[in-house]
Amino acid sequence: MTDATTAGTAAVKTGRPSLDLHVIGPIVALLALILIGALMNPNFLSYGNVTNVLARSAFIGIIAVGMTFVITAGGLDLSVGSMAAFIAGLMIIVMNALVPTLGTGWPTILAGMAAALAIGFAAGLFNGLLITQARIEAFIVTLGSMGIFRSLVTWLADGGTLSLNFSVREVYRPVYYDGIFGIAWPIIVFLAIAALGEIVMRHTAFGRHCAAIGSNEQVARYSAVHVDRARLAGYVLLGVLVGVATIMYVPRLGSASSSTGVLWELEAIAAVIIGGTVLKGGFGRVWGTVIGVLILNLIENILNLTDLVSPYLNGAIQGVIIILAVVLQRQKKATR
Amino acid sequence: MGVRNAFKALAVMSMIALPMSAAAQDKATIGVSIPAATHGWAGGMNYHAQAAVNRLEEVYPQLDFVLATASDPGKQVSDIEDMMATRNIDALVVLPFESDPLTGPVKRVAEAGKWVTVVDRGLSEEGIEDLYVAGDNPGFGRVAGEYFRQRMPDGGKIVVLRGIPTTIDNERVEAFQKALEGSGIEILGMEHGNWNRDDAFTVMQDFLSKYPEINAVWASDDDMAVGVLEAINQAGRTDEMWVLGGAGMKEMIKRVMDGDKMIPVNVTYPPAMIASAIEMTALKFVSNAPVSGRFIIGSVLITPENAESYYFPDSPF
Repeated sequence: MTDATTAGTAAVKTGRPSLDLHVIGPIVALLALILIGALMNPNFLSYGNVTNVLARSAFIGIIAVGMTFVITAGGLDLSVGSMAAFIAGLMIIVMNALVPTLGTGWPTILAGMAAALAIGFAAGLFNGLLITQARIEAFIVTLGSMGIFRSLVTWLADGGTLSLNFSVREVYRPVYYDGIFGIAWPIIVFLAIAALGEIVMRHTAFGRHCAAIGSNEQVARYSAVHVDRARLAGYVLLGVLVGVATIMYVPRLGSASSSTGVLWELEAIAAVIIGGTVLKGGFGRVWGTVIGVLILNLIENILNLTDLVSPYLNGAIQGVIIILAVVLQRQKKATR
Repeated sequence: MGVRNAFKALAVMSMIALPMSAAAQDKATIGVSIPAATHGWAGGMNYHAQAAVNRLEEVYPQLDFVLATASDPGKQVSDIEDMMATRNIDALVVLPFESDPLTGPVKRVAEAGKWVTVVDRGLSEEGIEDLYVAGDNPGFGRVAGEYFRQRMPDGGKIVVLRGIPTTIDNERVEAFQKALEGSGIEILGMEHGNWNRDDAFTVMQDFLSKYPEINAVWASDDDMAVGVLEAINQAGRTDEMWVLGGAGMKEMIKRVMDGDKMIPVNVTYPPAMIASAIEMTALKFVSNAPVSGRFIIGSVLITPENAESYYFPDSPF
């Protein structure tokens, strides 16, 4: 049912004259933040700062796009932060181990990237199979795998930090810091994935199935939707996207430790919800997620650029803005 | 008999010039309870704890050690209770995860007549422990501040990255600010980087956007210094400023040794303090050397000249 209404909304979205807060809430919040930032600090809109904020948003953003599908299908994944740390750790180990055979150039890095995607795929499959085949609650499965991945990376790093071979790092570094036409690679990858995600969500059977399952699993089943297959695909997709995020993350500092990716899962979930996706499932909006990620990162950036409040209160300001952003769009949602 | 044993032991271990007491023949079990290796410094601390236990077990066959690592305060309390109930420990060396939740359980160990050594983080109640071994947090800030003073006699502009908001961080920063008083060095901004590389990277990027002129950075921790250096590198402002971290991560010590211009010095806050505590506790059972009281390990400045003696390539930190 919701499936049908949302599909309808998407079709007439451009032509609809009335602007309801439910749709524009996140955009209003984002514009307000940009305005506040620009008024507070002249450097806020500088090329350097905009690039910094967008590139930083890329990790959580790429993960949050995958999370949008999982949440839309009525699921949840708490393990993505730990998974990112685990993938980063293994990826570094793989690349360091390949240096003697493949050298310190691109072959090693491409092998590392392939490893990251493969491990992400496997980790997503692990979560997904436990949820769909063993029929365990997603919350419990991913809470468990969150602990498993986090411990594994601590163990792999022997409690310390895994560092990428220095010469490999020099070759790999531009993947985070460089780009084309002055746009950094992480931003390009993030936007490409977001655009693809939006298309998949709106215009493919998989996207519509996710919404149908999240809306009413039984009805979806009777409508000949392969419920388990679609949900499994959601977790696998998320795992692979965590792999992609890690590929962009590793060249930044060239290291992984047990403190990598802490609380990323909550940031990703918060971004998805700020963006207008329903936590219970049934309705998802990828472009909203992108805005949610930008809002979260802008708040931090503005707080750092200004001396408005004591740094002790940063978390409180973020919390207030997250709640406000959701309140703005939920007022019209009583009918839903 | 005790004396004879003591001489025998002395003959065997001629390298160890310790007077053996009558207690030498008795078996003693020492429990060591520390937080798990969840960040770089703790990883180093785990490494040094394990190394000290291995060394002592070899040198003193009459000593037994129980080493437990805890990932949260609750688990640490259970560890200590288990040690008391099942291993019948004679002494406890504990680095409390948090002061408040551990005070009660450690107090019960002391009340049972066991020797208690507390490391780094003090308990909330005074007089429980027999021995207190800790790093010097105000000293950590003061030594750093004095270096800034000496390095910038005409003043300058600096930014500061702080750790996780805790007493430790407050003591360090207060001492640092005090050391800078009247020096003409202006602290442009202070933000929390939470002793984390990624957070420090973000904070430093924003500092660099905000301030067109920065002469130096007090990163106050080597993990944070890694993130700070990368952000400065990205902004292409490496010639403009230098960075002081702290705690003696091996990669940073290496750069000090190599005379890196951006990392001129480092300040110690050694994770090996756990080894000092374990060794001193062991002394209590194998010697007559008095070890009760407070033992504060000073924070010293590591310069290219003395860096070698602080470099542990095998440690994870």
